[in-house]
Amino acid sequence: MPPLLLIILVLILSSLAYWQGRRRAFAMVRQPAAAKMHSRPGYYGMLTGLWCALPALLIVAIWQLAADPLLTQMAMRGVAAAKGSLSPDQLNLLVNDMRNLVGGGMVAREVDPLLQAAADQYIGLQRISNIALAVVTLTTALVAAYLVLARIRPALRARNHVERAIEIILTLCSTFAVFITIGIVLSVLFESIRFFQQVPFFDFLFGLKWSPQMAMRADQVGSSGSFGAVPVLMGTFLISGIAMAIAVPFGLMSAIYLSEYAGPKFRAIVKPLLEILAGVPTVVYGFFAALVVAPFIRDLGTMAGLSVSSESALAAGLVMGIMIIPFVSSLSDDVINAVPQAMRDGSYGLGATKSETIKLVILPAALPGIVGSILLAVSRAIGETMIVVMAAGLAANLTLNPLQAVTTVTVQIVTLLVGDQEFDSPKTLAAFALGMLLFVVTLILNVIALYVVRKYREEYE
Amino acid sequence: MSEPKKISTMDRVNVGLAARYRKERRFRLFGLSAIVASLMFLVLLLGSIVAKGYTAFRQTEILLDIHFDPAVLDVNNLATANYAALVRDAVLALFPEVDSRQDKRLLAKLASTGAAYTVQAMVLAKPELIGSTRAIWVLADDEVDMFVKGHIPRDVPEAERRVNDQQVVWIDQLIASSRLEQKFNTTFFEAGDSREPELAGIRGAAMGSMFTLIVTLLLSFPIGVAAAVYLEEFAPKNRWTDLIEVNINNLAAIPSIVFGLLGLAVFLNFMNLPRSASLVGGLVLTLMTLPTIIIASRASLKSVPPSIREAALGVGASKMQTISHHILPLAMPGMMTGAIIGMARALGETAPLLMIGMVAFIVDVPHGFNDPATVLPVQIYLWADSPERAFVERTSAAIMVLLLLLLTMNAAAVFLRNKFERRW
Repeated sequence: MPPLLLIILVLILSSLAYWQGRRRAFAMVRQPAAAKMHSRPGYYGMLTGLWCALPALLIVAIWQLAADPLLTQMAMRGVAAAKGSLSPDQLNLLVNDMRNLVGGGMVAREVDPLLQAAADQYIGLQRISNIALAVVTLTTALVAAYLVLARIRPALRARNHVERAIEIILTLCSTFAVFITIGIVLSVLFESIRFFQQVPFFDFLFGLKWSPQMAMRADQVGSSGSFGAVPVLMGTFLISGIAMAIAVPFGLMSAIYLSEYAGPKFRAIVKPLLEILAGVPTVVYGFFAALVVAPFIRDLGTMAGLSVSSESALAAGLVMGIMIIPFVSSLSDDVINAVPQAMRDGSYGLGATKSETIKLVILPAALPGIVGSILLAVSRAIGETMIVVMAAGLAANLTLNPLQAVTTVTVQIVTLLVGDQEFDSPKTLAAFALGMLLFVVTLILNVIALYVVRKYREEYE
Repeated sequence: MSEPKKISTMDRVNVGLAARYRKERRFRLFGLSAIVASLMFLVLLLGSIVAKGYTAFRQTEILLDIHFDPAVLDVNNLATANYAALVRDAVLALFPEVDSRQDKRLLAKLASTGAAYTVQAMVLAKPELIGSTRAIWVLADDEVDMFVKGHIPRDVPEAERRVNDQQVVWIDQLIASSRLEQKFNTTFFEAGDSREPELAGIRGAAMGSMFTLIVTLLLSFPIGVAAAVYLEEFAPKNRWTDLIEVNINNLAAIPSIVFGLLGLAVFLNFMNLPRSASLVGGLVLTLMTLPTIIIASRASLKSVPPSIREAALGVGASKMQTISHHILPLAMPGMMTGAIIGMARALGETAPLLMIGMVAFIVDVPHGFNDPATVLPVQIYLWADSPERAFVERTSAAIMVLLLLLLTMNAAAVFLRNKFERRW
């Protein structure tokens, strides 16, 4: 039985349990000389339903996580014993082959009868496991529901139990976000550590050459990959720098105009229009950059007698800048609006013009918030992927010339991880090291920015 | 000795006034031009996509007299018969005067390789057609399509054109005899991906997007709302809840590709879930949209005035009853708006899905959560990488469909907000 069907079945049982519990509570009230029930009948139903569903669903979840490794181990025992001593890598390879056999997929080499036997055994075990899971789950659900039903009496404080259970569920859901962060940290950290066992940390951070292609044979050209992240980081900062050079002036001036000069009607029309710019998927910007902006810049450069790469940093940066304009403008807009009116009035009272007030009073007052929003925008630019994947280059050039092709951290992650991967080569692991770098840098930027923005907002409230 | 002229403050102000007003006007103009420029970018972006893509909704087809030759079609081998030969014969029959081998090959290339599938489907549906001759509209080759639509100009030298002069003559003759026409492109909406532009469609990607979004919605909305309710209504103010809060705000600003790395490491490598499946895509997007939904739901809960809580508590409701009977229904429109906006973001997301293998070339339309699938933005990315000229217009058309979906979702969010939002 597929797990989805099982879950649906448990939920159906649970709703049946709900009605049964509710009916039971009603029946109790109707009895002659019945005591007053502690809770309303629905709560007795809910209690029954919760007890019916929760333990059963928990079993399904644990089973799903634990069954596969266990079954694999059991199925592979025969193979491992026959092959004698195997290195973990070889074993992994065999396990993968076995999985492919189970999935009916292709196997790289001729099918080993031993492996085929293991696959057959796995399928058999899986069938047994699924049946066992179904039986255990449904029995648990029914038994739990029965036990609760039997205990329903007027004195049972059903509402308190139910509310306590719901509160625990709510608490668990709220900690989910923390688990995501932990998951991110652990997943990139583990692979990164494996990477740094093969490539020294400082070679990665300060190396000047990035060419992650590892040759299959030792005598091939460029046989050893080199993992110096500096050119990649430079490319990232170059493109982000160009993007910010577009986004900050345009975004900030738009925000100033919208919050200080524009009438309510103009604002009501223009603000949503600017937000459309923010809602366009990045892959669309990437397409635009690669097909419209990059050729345009190249032709422009050719006319001016410059040699412009068709994947120039300028094209990607320009389009990324356009994408970030609404981001900067809406955040700065909030910050500028938070500056109290009294400060403006004071400045006008002294005879300052509007632009003087903005430049000398409002912007200085809003500066920390604006800096915060710019930092958030920078972290966005650094982490932006699709535009650079489609419009920036793959080769890591160590250059500051915006007309040349450069590569970025995100481009490298995508190119290293898309397609077939071998999880023991530094080439694949390098992507996780870059991912960790990206995570750490954006995390620092975000923490500073969020702190600044929050602290600043509180000051004027 | 004359008295030094006394300069009053007013005079000093008046001297500089004109210059200051000029500055004021200039500054204001800067602001306005920044907005105009941003909107120009928007117009340019959308305009160039529509201009490139609107032609994709029509597709050139050729009217062929297909003879369902019993010599080729045998009742026993209908699935494997040489349908391409039938199409080839029909195309060659249009111009009987062509006799050189090379010209015949060029002529046969006018029809798409997909024409054979059309014929096959017809025969499989109606085997009694065998032996008869029918006039059928079949797809033209993508190069012919591009030429008819004017994307391959006539005036470039023959060597730089994918359609040579001889083919141009044939195409013109076919148009003159109205055997070659542009029709509504149903393939684009009904087919999965293909290497041949004229056979490629967005159905597979759209279904993949739908399955992915279903998973995302089913997981992220309940969890997000529950987390928001806890943080807003129950959480004590302490270090732990502070940590959770900082965490959520941070997660919302982390690059989406990092979530892809997490998905790759945890869901694929650790939990051995199937690659390229919409289930995994949905899980990854759940992690990504969760912060958005939590933040929107909290804002919505915050906007419910405390007097309602106090009134409910005052008449004897428990805290949970206050929330489930009063606060949640009042906050629901805001939460749903947040959820729709989160879903719209998830629909447009590409980068994390590349990490979990949803970039594979998948021809079949997915039918379930575990089938290998791709999603609309990834399909756009894949097509944008294809060298054929015809894929450019298809990419643009797919972008138009995606933007239309996003626009609908956002419009629904705005509608919900305007209809149900209450100012207290």
